[in-house]
Amino acid sequence: MTTTYRYFSKSVWLAMGLLAIGLLVVLPILHLGVDKHSSLYVSSYAITLIGKIMCYAILALAMDLVWGYAGILSLGHGVFFALGGYAFGMYLMRGIGADGVYHANVPDFMVFLDWKTLPWFWHGTEHFAYSLLLVVLVPGLLALMFGFFAFRSRIKGVYLSIITQALTFAAMLLFFRNETGFGGNNGFTDFKRVLGYSITAPETRVAIYMLTGLVLLGALLLGRYIVTSKYGRVLAAIRDAESRVMFCGYNPVSYKLFIWTLSAVLSGIAGALYVPQVGIINPSEMSPANSIEIAIWTAVGGRATLIGPILGAVLVNAAKSYLTVSFPDYWLFFLGALFIVVTLYLPHGLMGLLSALRRKITGGWK
Amino acid sequence: MNTPVTENNETQDGGALTGLAHFVQPGELDASHGPVLYLDDITVSFDGFRALNQLSLTIDNGELRCIIGPNGAGKTTMMDVITGKTRADSGTAFFGQTLDLTKMNEAKIVQSGIGRKFQKPTVFEQHSVFENLELAMQADRSVWATLFARLDSESRDRIADTLKLIRLQDSADRPAGLLSHGQKQWLEIGMLLIQRPKLLLLDEPVAGMTDEETDRTAELFLSLAGKHSLMVVEHDMAFVAQIAKKVTVLHEGSVLAEGSLDQVQNNKRVIEVYLGR
Repeated sequence: MTTTYRYFSKSVWLAMGLLAIGLLVVLPILHLGVDKHSSLYVSSYAITLIGKIMCYAILALAMDLVWGYAGILSLGHGVFFALGGYAFGMYLMRGIGADGVYHANVPDFMVFLDWKTLPWFWHGTEHFAYSLLLVVLVPGLLALMFGFFAFRSRIKGVYLSIITQALTFAAMLLFFRNETGFGGNNGFTDFKRVLGYSITAPETRVAIYMLTGLVLLGALLLGRYIVTSKYGRVLAAIRDAESRVMFCGYNPVSYKLFIWTLSAVLSGIAGALYVPQVGIINPSEMSPANSIEIAIWTAVGGRATLIGPILGAVLVNAAKSYLTVSFPDYWLFFLGALFIVVTLYLPHGLMGLLSALRRKITGGWK
Repeated sequence: MNTPVTENNETQDGGALTGLAHFVQPGELDASHGPVLYLDDITVSFDGFRALNQLSLTIDNGELRCIIGPNGAGKTTMMDVITGKTRADSGTAFFGQTLDLTKMNEAKIVQSGIGRKFQKPTVFEQHSVFENLELAMQADRSVWATLFARLDSESRDRIADTLKLIRLQDSADRPAGLLSHGQKQWLEIGMLLIQRPKLLLLDEPVAGMTDEETDRTAELFLSLAGKHSLMVVEHDMAFVAQIAKKVTVLHEGSVLAEGSLDQVQNNKRVIEVYLGR
């Protein structure tokens, strides 16, 4: 996008404000305060689905920060998302206490493995605050270490994409093992409570749902601040002409590392919000296909626009929810076709299409 | 230079005495005694091909030097070595008397005062002309500083001055990608100048410029000499004739001849190299 792209026009701000009120105020009221048999009632299925899609939207936004603005195409963002999910999932597992199937003091899968005590890395996870710290630190540190070596060695483009793909694949294989201590291929599920509240209670669901919406809004505003700062301009310059940036006296490594790590942390937070809403986390979240899907949402919506990827995540996932129920066999074909169409005909995604249409109608530049 | 001297004849921040009536500041350019750039016995090979072969060259402070030579003579490789893009296999490269260029990375070299213009104009095409200059301007280059950076009025004035100098004041808000080829060259020169470098390396700065633009560029370079040191690599001999006081001819990775343009043009070996036997 050129510098003429504004963050955002008045009508976009207005639309976002109305949407935020609709999603964060009206929908919760229609869920909690309306009789179940009323036609205005919003089902818990809808609340969970929208909450889940908002988690994906945070993830797409995180992807846009690295791919859209820094030109780093990650095909392994699923690993950061899943690690955040697992970190919070550990807290949720501890919250089950002795109410599991085996009424033991350790999670059920450990009973199955005949483990009597918790492994060291589970210590402290019963504390909510500590698990939140893990949600941020685990994906953050992994990204920091990976990024440090990758960017310092000047690995970029398709090579970097392949390595990130390998990273998430390796993590998936590791988490599939029962001995790793994260529940093997079943992962974590059967959560009972969070902060003492029942996780299936409508009020708890709505609270997590609203929190997700607020985090999405916060991430959008943070992203907007970053990309409109001088840092954001340097980052986009690195994407377009890295050697020129170096010869302007900047060190691209620290610039890439910052946005890369921030993006991983955002993904981790999205994962932590996702797990209590869908009620399960397992290694399939780290499968390479999932990470590629994130890139597709971002491309569909339009890179380097911030709201485009959010739009992409919403539309593709809404389509997925519909198609996987109505035409379960055709979803992957649809996804593949979507990717080809967007790459060939919509290089700037839906946002590019929208601004082209608007230019055609108004005839003006803006 | 009023840094106190400790007993063992060093400045407090660790610099050694030069014996030249002032102290050396570590990490600062010191060109007060002779050359600003000093290359000695530099050799660079790529897979056995010697791009630079025991090249030795000095540039004086405030000098405008033209470098000519046939394709493959090593002109661009020499600039790569100076700017840290390529590491020399052997030899020494000093900026002033204190800065060892072979031990610094690209960003450090730029920050110490060497600016480079590439053969192909490289500007940030998606950014506006104004933003191009903003990013190039001297400032704290850390991530943290740029996250919270705000342009003060002094910086705005400097950008405005530079815009005037490179005659792009009417295009300040246009994306740089929409500029003409010659204008991009000028913008890139402006991006170098706003860094206030001590030494400017210019690789074919007038390629693709109209005659009028070339004349203006010559004017600009002549006005810069004295304040800055310039090293200009150029094929356009008319342009070289306009600006050159001293010309160096490179051939097969080392210096073939050096002197005024007339001397060089009448040099037998130079004629041989350029025209064949």
